[in-house]
Amino acid sequence: MAQRSWSAAGAAAADDEVLVARFEVMARIRAFEVRVGRCFRDGHIHGFVHTSIGQEAVAAGACAALGPEDLITTTHRGHGHCLAKGADPEAMMAELFGRETGTCHGRGGSMHLAQADLGILGANGIVGAGIPIAVGAGLATMAAGEGAIAVAFFGEGAVHCGAFHEGLVLAVAWQAPVVFVCENNGYAEFTASAGRWGGPDPVQRAASYGLEAWPVDGSDVVAAEHAMRSAADQARAGGGPAFLEMRTHRLGGHYEGDAQPYRDEEELERWRAEHDPLAQLLALLDGRGCGERARSAVEAADAEMDAAVEKALAAPFPDPGGVLEFIGG
Amino acid sequence: MAEVATQTPRYIEAINAALSSEMAADDRVVLLGVDVAAGGGVYGVTRGLYDEFGPRRVIDTPIAEAGVLGAAVGAAMAGLRPVAEIMYMDFLTVCLDPIVNQAAKLRYMTGGGVSVPIVFRTQTGAGRSAGAQHSQSLEGILAHVPGLHVYCPSDARDAHDLLIEAIRLDTPVCFIENRRLYGKRSDEWDRTPLPAGQARVVRSGEDVTVVTWGRMVLETLQALDQVGDEVSAELIDLRTLVPLDVETLIASVQRTGRCLIVHEAVTRYGPGAELLARIAEAALFDLDGPIRRFGALPTPIPYSPELEAAAMPGVAGIAQAVREVAKG
Repeated sequence: MAQRSWSAAGAAAADDEVLVARFEVMARIRAFEVRVGRCFRDGHIHGFVHTSIGQEAVAAGACAALGPEDLITTTHRGHGHCLAKGADPEAMMAELFGRETGTCHGRGGSMHLAQADLGILGANGIVGAGIPIAVGAGLATMAAGEGAIAVAFFGEGAVHCGAFHEGLVLAVAWQAPVVFVCENNGYAEFTASAGRWGGPDPVQRAASYGLEAWPVDGSDVVAAEHAMRSAADQARAGGGPAFLEMRTHRLGGHYEGDAQPYRDEEELERWRAEHDPLAQLLALLDGRGCGERARSAVEAADAEMDAAVEKALAAPFPDPGGVLEFIGG
Repeated sequence: MAEVATQTPRYIEAINAALSSEMAADDRVVLLGVDVAAGGGVYGVTRGLYDEFGPRRVIDTPIAEAGVLGAAVGAAMAGLRPVAEIMYMDFLTVCLDPIVNQAAKLRYMTGGGVSVPIVFRTQTGAGRSAGAQHSQSLEGILAHVPGLHVYCPSDARDAHDLLIEAIRLDTPVCFIENRRLYGKRSDEWDRTPLPAGQARVVRSGEDVTVVTWGRMVLETLQALDQVGDEVSAELIDLRTLVPLDVETLIASVQRTGRCLIVHEAVTRYGPGAELLARIAEAALFDLDGPIRRFGALPTPIPYSPELEAAAMPGVAGIAQAVREVAKG
C-alpha cells in the first residue's frame, strides 16, 4: 500500500495568503482553548473538559480541505475540529457553561458538542465510537451521490479498540467515502503511546485492512491540509476510504486539572518549546514579513473569544422544566 | 389454489411485507445486517428484498455487529433510515455501545440537533435448544434505557403494523421478534391496526388480569383455555414496553383486583418488576391479593430440552399460576 510523506507539500512551500488564513484558524482554536482552561479553573465549566492545545494544525489543516456538506465525527478533545468546521464559539462556550444557548441547549457539554447543519455529527465521550458512525455517514453521503465525504477524527489511543478495526473493515467492504484521521498526540490519556503496546504502528495497521494509509506531519497545517485534500479527492471520486496518521503533540494534560504525574516535566517543556505549531508557523510568517498580520490575527482571536466567554456567561441556564425535552423515547 | 389465497400472512411474511412496502415508499430506508441480502436472513425474514431493491438498499455486512450498528447510527444521522438486524437478541451485548450510548442518547445530547431514525430488528425465542447464547430475552435492559422504544409484537398483524410505525419514527426502536412465531398466521389479520403505546385486550375477564407480550400471549391463551370457566381471566398484550400503556393495565387491575405478569425474560430484575411496581404505585389498595410474576428461572437458558422446559414459563405453569393468583 502506498505510503507517502507530505513534508514536501508543507508550509514552507505554501503562499503567504494561505499561511495567514490557516494561522488565523489555529489562533482562534488556541484562544478558545486557553479560555476554556481559565473558565474551568474559575468554575464556569462543569464535569470534564479536554483541550487540544498543540494540535491546532490538524484541525485547521484538515478542515480547510472540507466543505460545509462534508460530515465529521470527533472526540472528547474536539473543540478545535468543531471551530475549524465552522461552529460558533459563543454557542460552543455556552454549551461548555451548560447554558440554554449552547449548541446542544446544555444537554451535551464539551464531550458532546455537535452542530448537524455544519456537518458536525458530534464529539463523543466513548473512545472510538465516532469511527463507525463516520463510516455510516459516508454510506449515507454515498447514497446521496453528491460527492460529500465523512471524516472521523480520533486519537491514537483508539486504534486498539474494536470500533476502529470494525470501522475500517466496513469502510473498505463498502468502499465508503471516509477519511480516518488518527490524531497521534503522543499520549493516550495518561499513557505515552510511543512503542508502548507493541505491534505495528497505526499506519501499518490501517494499511493492512486494505486502504491507503499515510503518515502526516500534523504540526504542519499545510501538510495536514494537503494530505486531507488528497484523501478527500480520492474518496469523493469513488476511490474509497483512506487513513491519515497526523503526528502531533499534546501540550497539556489529558483533561483540565490533570497534574500529569505520569509525565516528565522536562519533556513537556521541551515539547512546548519545540513542537508548538502556532509558534512554528509564526516564525515562518515572521521570516516572510507577515508577522504583523499574524499578531493581528492573535489579537482578533483573543477579542473574539473574550466576547464569546462574556456572552456565554450572561446566557441563561436551561429551565429545569425542560429536563425531559429531546429524549424522544 | 383458492384455499391458499384466503390464508392470512404468517408473522414472518408480515414482517417481510412491511419492510418491502416501506422500502418501496421511501428510498432512505435501507437494510443492514449479517446475511440479510442474497441470503435472505438466517430465518428468511428478508428473503426477496435483495432482488427487489438491490445491493445499495439491502446491505450485507461482515460479522462486526458493533461496527455495523455504529455505522447505522451515522447513516441515520446523515439522512438514511436504517433497519439494522441483530441476528440473535443475545448478540445485542456485543454491540450495546451504539444502541445505548449513541442511538439512545444522541438526540438528547445534541439538544434535538440530530435525530436517529433507526430500527434495531432482532429476535429471540427460547424453547428449541438453541443454548444459552441464542435464547435470552433482554427487552428489560433495552426498556431501561431512556431514548429507546421497545416493540414486542405477538402476532402477524402487530408485527406488520408496529414495524411500519417503527420505520417511520424519528427515534430508535428496538423491534423484538420471536422466531417461534415466524410460522404463525394471525387469527385476526382483519383487526384494526393499533398504534405503539396502546395495549390490546386479547380476552376480557373479571377475576384476574394477566399481562404479557410476545410469544407468551399465545402460551397464555392456551393456559387460559386449560383453566376454562374456573377463572374469568382478562388477557392484556402490552405490544410495546416503551411506550407503555399503563392506563389500560391499571384500569383492568382495578376492576379485577388480581394480576399475573408473564414473560419469557428471567423474572429476577426483569421487566415484570417494573410493571408490578407501576401497578402497586397506582392501585395497591384496589388489590385483592398479591401481584405475581412468572418468567424464566434465574439461569442461563439450558440446552437439554428437559432442562430448558424447566427454566421457561410454559402453558401448564401459567395455568397453575392463574389459578393460584385467582385464589390468592
